[in-house]
Amino acid sequence: MAEQVVQLEPVPPAVSPAAARAGNANDRGIRLRGLTKQFEGAYIYRDFDLDLPEGEFISVFGPNGCGKSTLINLISGLTPIDAGEVLYNGKPIGETKLSYVFQNYRDALFPWMRAISNIQYPLKLLHLDRRTRNRRVEALLAEFDVRIDLHRYPYELSGGQQQTISILRALITDPEVLFLDEPFSALDYEMTLFMRERLQNVFMKRRNTMIFVSHDLEEAVQLSNRVLLLTRPPARVAEIVPVPVPWPRDANSLSDPAFVAVKRHCLEVFRREVSRGVEASNEQPGTPAVNAA
Amino acid sequence: MKAPIDIPVVLERETGAAATLSRSGRRNAAVAETASGKSHLLVVARRNRRALWDKLLPVTGPVLLVGLWWVAAATGLLNTKLVPAPGPTLATTWTALLHGTMAHDLLRTLTRVVYAFAFAAGIGVPLGILIGAKERIYRSIEFLIDFFRSTPSTAMFPLFMLIFGLGEEGKIALAAFAAFLIIVFNVAYGVLNARKTRILAARSMGASSLRIFSDVIFLETLPQIFVGLRAGVCIALVVVVVAEMFIGGVDGIGHRIIEDQYGYNLRDMYGSLFLSGAFGYGLNYLFLLVERHFVHWAGK
Repeated sequence: MAEQVVQLEPVPPAVSPAAARAGNANDRGIRLRGLTKQFEGAYIYRDFDLDLPEGEFISVFGPNGCGKSTLINLISGLTPIDAGEVLYNGKPIGETKLSYVFQNYRDALFPWMRAISNIQYPLKLLHLDRRTRNRRVEALLAEFDVRIDLHRYPYELSGGQQQTISILRALITDPEVLFLDEPFSALDYEMTLFMRERLQNVFMKRRNTMIFVSHDLEEAVQLSNRVLLLTRPPARVAEIVPVPVPWPRDANSLSDPAFVAVKRHCLEVFRREVSRGVEASNEQPGTPAVNAA
Repeated sequence: MKAPIDIPVVLERETGAAATLSRSGRRNAAVAETASGKSHLLVVARRNRRALWDKLLPVTGPVLLVGLWWVAAATGLLNTKLVPAPGPTLATTWTALLHGTMAHDLLRTLTRVVYAFAFAAGIGVPLGILIGAKERIYRSIEFLIDFFRSTPSTAMFPLFMLIFGLGEEGKIALAAFAAFLIIVFNVAYGVLNARKTRILAARSMGASSLRIFSDVIFLETLPQIFVGLRAGVCIALVVVVVAEMFIGGVDGIGHRIIEDQYGYNLRDMYGSLFLSGAFGYGLNYLFLLVERHFVHWAGK
């Protein structure tokens, strides 16, 4: 976080077409300018601009290896950026209250602490006393009607319960931005459906900015206000697709014509980007041609 | 309970499968019988007997071995001049423990192991953490640690005798050195392989490096530290016993065993052997108990 170049009064750069589509003229929300990141000599992001509005649920979707997770790691500051700047509501992202939910809940929770201590841990880092911590946890549990025995250790809970604990741990600090990196991909389908509902519930109550990485297009569309579609690396914004489907989005929403249309459109963009990647790799000798259609 | 039984019956009637219906009827009857009648008690009794046998399983091996030993000695299959019968061996050991010097010897060995282990752990754990935390340090001395870990510590006897002399210090130093290498290696390895996600998670919550170290990396490493400590205490016992045999001493279980062999006190020698075995097993078990208490999450 300390590595990043901080400009309090950013010079307005040329707005990319994608940014113009997102329609974000003021400095609310997330603003990336000239974001650059290299891994082992290859550019994952090069001079990447992006504007995302505040208080919306944004899904990030794109071809394999396009750097979806990397993007949120760079925005959140978990991975240092090589160049560029990341602002949230006009201030550096390092000064923003943010939380992170990882894909692998088993590795992200602390198995030596009971579930309740896991949830309280971020408050402990903020040096809040025990009484305040307990009060905050109780309020949070009441808010989301969680019925899990919190005096158990994480390894004594089911996968869905563990990921619920992770999400509660992320929410306890009342973050302005919540990053979720494929949070449900390690769960079975039944639990995934339940957790989607639970996450939607969180968003409808809190209305904080959510950045949600998914490898499941249906999920990405169902949960979000906008779907951010990325190209192959070095990644560009292929399109930011708004999802004009009323909340809450339950099982019926999945067959709503508007939902189906958005999903079809996203899929078209996705296929176009995937085939574009194949054409590019076909230029190199020795790569087998793949039927992209 | 009613619904799950009713539903299949209805379905079966609809498909006209009379055979299935009667089978499910019989099953219900069987359940009713076991729930009330005599057969229920029989089933419970059989299950209890099974559980009892299962509990006795771990004892079966040792009992069988002693039994074989006894039979072999009694039938003359074993040369009792080389392997005395279990009865006399036990009697001699018992007397030596209660009235002789065997308890003293065991205590001396235990004291040396404790000292050696304390030095090894006291230096090995902090140093291992330090080495593991800085990957560059680890890479630069990995070969050294591996090399000395692979060198038989007993080969270092002469060197340690030269430096520390023939007294207590020599034995303890050698055992401590051997245990230290194992502990430092395991601890460093554990720190180095701490799950990156947990560290990232703590960092994303704004934890300082020091906080990440004490709250995450240390606890993350604890299971591996215990693996090192357990292996360390075992190797310390081995080295202490061998040192007692060959580095001029006057007591200790190793010294006793070699003296018994020279003096042909075979009953006492076998007794000492078994007791040192029990001793090692006890130490290992003790560590497992402590480990299970403090590192309840290991392997989960």
